[in-house]
Order: sequence, then structure tokens, then C-alpha cells
Amino acid sequence: MSDDLGFFCLLMSNGLLIGLMYSLIALGFVLVYKATDAINFAQGEFVMIAGFVAAGGLMVWGVNLWLSIALAIASLVVFGFVLERVMLRKLIGRPVIAVVMATIGLASILRGVGPFTIFSGSKPLPLPIRDEPFVLGPLFIPPIQVLGAVVSLAFLAGFGWFFLKSRKGIAMRAVADNQQVAMAMGIDVERYFGVAWAMTGIVSALGGILWGNLLGVDVNLALVGFKVFPVVILGGLDSIPGAILGGLIVGVVENIAAGYIDPYVGGGTKDFAPYVLMILALMVRPYGMFGKRIIERV
Amino acid sequence: MSALLEIREASKAFGGVQAVTRVSLEAQKGEILSVIGPNGAGKTTVLNMISGFYHPDSGRIVLEGRDVTDLAPSRIAELGIARTFQNIALFRGMTVLDNLLLGRHVHMKTGVLSAFAYWGLAQKEEVAHRKRVEDIIDFLRIQDLRRRPTGSLAYGLQKRVELGRALALDPKILLLDEPMGGCNHEEKEDMARFILDVNQEWGVTVILIEHDMGVVMDISDRVTVLDMGQKIAEGTPDEVRANPRVIKAYLGETKTDLPGGSRG
Repeated sequence: MSDDLGFFCLLMSNGLLIGLMYSLIALGFVLVYKATDAINFAQGEFVMIAGFVAAGGLMVWGVNLWLSIALAIASLVVFGFVLERVMLRKLIGRPVIAVVMATIGLASILRGVGPFTIFSGSKPLPLPIRDEPFVLGPLFIPPIQVLGAVVSLAFLAGFGWFFLKSRKGIAMRAVADNQQVAMAMGIDVERYFGVAWAMTGIVSALGGILWGNLLGVDVNLALVGFKVFPVVILGGLDSIPGAILGGLIVGVVENIAAGYIDPYVGGGTKDFAPYVLMILALMVRPYGMFGKRIIERV
Repeated sequence: MSALLEIREASKAFGGVQAVTRVSLEAQKGEILSVIGPNGAGKTTVLNMISGFYHPDSGRIVLEGRDVTDLAPSRIAELGIARTFQNIALFRGMTVLDNLLLGRHVHMKTGVLSAFAYWGLAQKEEVAHRKRVEDIIDFLRIQDLRRRPTGSLAYGLQKRVELGRALALDPKILLLDEPMGGCNHEEKEDMARFILDVNQEWGVTVILIEHDMGVVMDISDRVTVLDMGQKIAEGTPDEVRANPRVIKAYLGETKTDLPGGSRG
């Protein structure tokens, strides 16, 4: 295999694996949008908080790894549930912009307040997996990315099954489609909203642990949330397969950009290349590749 | 005989507009009660008050002797009142079967966690619900449509599936908001037949809003007439048809939609 091809394969494999880790975070966004029609601009901050709780448990309070992970998941579930009850339920039926602004505000508050209550500065989040990458020909595959991809795929498949096949998941789709009619079917709409936010908490917690291991835990961990927007715009705001595909595309595009363009411009293309693609996608297919095409009633 | 459902002097205003003024209704067990009236008479508002979407400003709603005035729509559904909507309100992107199974929601007792913990029980329950839904599918003669997404169905069939979804609740009372609106003659006849069968064979009490006077007069046991948010007449189809206030409300200045006219 030539070096050029090897380099390309390296960028691709890396992009696909990282992409699946984006998909996991995007899944958190999709779950909430699917069930409640709310756009959560604080998704990255959810991930960041989970990272802080897990790293705090491990490095500050000295509890063991599994307990730290459990703590991160539990606190994010409770956080999602309480957030829905206290803040977002009041916004049901208001214009979309109300929820958007509320979650943007929430994001700032979490970035400002969250870290100080646990620890300030940066902490690593070590997981008991090997550091040296697997070497397969030209490919260097970091074990954390493999773990991330496996966890992501497991949860994407699990939630995919939940929405497609389980009664509760179908009821949740009904809630998302038409709240009024869902109520007339005897579905307790508000309870399902709470459940959706709690599910987002689980996904965000796992995302926070994986990304926290990869990047270290500090306020900047919230920045992975920015990658969620190109992912969900490319895949469709309410689509789980879309989150997978969108994540893969974003992962690959940013790696390819970093590998081939960065050497000429001195770096940084990774951060905006997915957004270029996102804007192009918005111009062509505003509802994403798998998203529900909303036909306005006349 | 005590009424199954009673509306006692219910009023509802939206902003400055008085939609319904001190309207009283009684639905007796096992009857088909139609609510008719010109556009804007307050018919749908009455239905929305029964199903809990609106709460009356004053007055009470009583189901089997129990005050349900301030209950949430999901509680009303659990108590056995199902409804259809004026504009078709099927869940899009889902199959006919999924829509009907959603109608079984109030009877599904296993929660998310217990469903995983007691997998076998949940499966058994699933089978029972599926059987009930199959009965309804047979009854409505939509066997071929089980796996079809609802959006792909013809208009009249969508109306039929929506009726099926309401029936899946095994309701005591079925609220139908213009089940024949927009249907052609044949679809209307089918729908009328289904409503009669549901009422006579399954013993479901029906409260019906419908514009097609021919159908209303044919299938109703009693008819209540609303105009400008007030009840102006009540009685058997024959009594209502002969009532001068009803004729006046419908005729207005120009002859338009005379009850029992040649339509339908």
C-alpha cells in the first residue's frame, strides 16, 4: 500500500471512529427533539457536567471508577428530569425561540457555575484501557476510540429499537407528533417529556466519560457540543440513523480537512469544515438526510 | 334513569368571545346523541370540554356521577371517553397497526422498567392487546392496511382508522367530531354503518357532531341543537326537525342547510 493511500485510510478510520462518538452526543440531542420538539443548545454542557462529575468522583473525592461512572449517569438523569420539571415544562406551547434562548442561557450558566462546584482547572479522566494504539498496517487506532464507537453503536441501536418497536417508544413518538391527540389517547405527555430528558442524561453521561478521557475534563469539554449541530442538520433532527450517518460524515470531513488542508493553511480547518458542509446541507435538504419532512398544512 | 354523562350549565369564553353559554346536555347510556348547529355554534368547544382540553369557566361535567370537570385529557381518556378529531389526527409516519395499538395505551399497565423486568408478562399483555386490535381491524374491514403508513391511505380510510384508534380504548363514550366531514357518499354510508354497529353491538354511547343532516336524522336517538353558543332545542330527530327555532337558526335570512332536507 502506498503511503498516500495509507494516510487516507488512517484519516478515514480515525474519522469514522470519532464520528461515532459525535453520534452518541447527537443522540442526546435527537432524543429530546424527537419526544418534545425542544432544541437543546446545552447538549455540550450536559456532556461537560458529566465529565466533571466522573472526574470529580475519580480524582477529587477518591471513589472508584465504576461508582464514578454510576454517579455521573445518575446525576445527569436526575438533572435532566429536574430541568424538564422546573424549567422546560413552563415553556411548553411557547414559541420555539423561548426554548432555544432558555437552553442557550442554561449553557452559559452551566459553563460558569458547573466547574467551580466540583473542581476548577483541568483533570484527566483515566479509564482502565491501554493507551498504546492498535497498529493495523497504516492504521493507528486508539483503544478509547474503539470503546467509544462500541458504546455509541450499542446505545444508538438500543434507542433505535426503543422508538421503533417498544410500546413506550412508540408512545413517545406519538407525543412528539401531536401532543393533543396523544393526550386524548390517555398518554401522560408530561411524564414522557421527563423520561426523554432523563434518557438524554444517560447518553450525555456516557459521552462525557468517553470524551473526558479523550480530551481531559475542563470547561472546554462543552465545545464538543458544537459538533452536534452539523451532525443533526446533516442527519435530520429527529432521526437516530441520521445521527449515526451525520456523525460519521462530520468525523470523516474534519479529519480529511485536517489531514489535507491544514498543512497548507496552518491548521484550524477541522473546526469549521463540518459547518461548511452543514450550510450546504441546509441549502439543499433542510430536513436532513433522514429527517421528517414537514409539510405545512395549507 | 341517570345519565352516563352530564354537562351542567357549562360556559366557556375565549378572550371576549363567548363560545358556549350555560349549555346543559345529558347522554344516556347506550344512545347516539348528535350535537348539531351552524358553524361557530360551539359544538367542538363542547366536545373539547368533555375530553378535558378546555375546562369550562363555569358549570360542571359529570361522568357516571363523578365530577370530571377539571381532569386532564389523559385522565378523561382513562375513564373511558375516546374521541376523534375534526381534522384527521392520525400519527404520521406510523403504521395503521401502531396507531391502533396506541389506542390501547390506557390499558397498558407495564411501565418501561417493569417491562424489562417482567419480560414474559409484558409479552402476554402485548398478545392480548394485539388480539383486541385485530378484532377492531376485522370490524372496520381494514385487514389489508395493517402495515401501511397512515399517510398513504385514502381520506375515508384515514377517518376509519381514526375511528378504530378511538375504539381501541374500549370506551364507554365515543366522541366523534365530524366523522364524515369531507367524505364522499359511499364513505359516509360506511361510516354511518360502523357508528350504528359500534352503538348497537358493542353498546358504546356515541356523541356525534356532524353536518350531514341526512345521516344525523337517520342514526341519532336524540339531537341537541346549538346556535351562537346556546342550546336552542333538544329532542328526537322528528321533534327537532319540526322545531321553529331550529328552522330559523338554520334558515337565517336565506335558505341554506335545512335539517332533514334532501341532502345525504
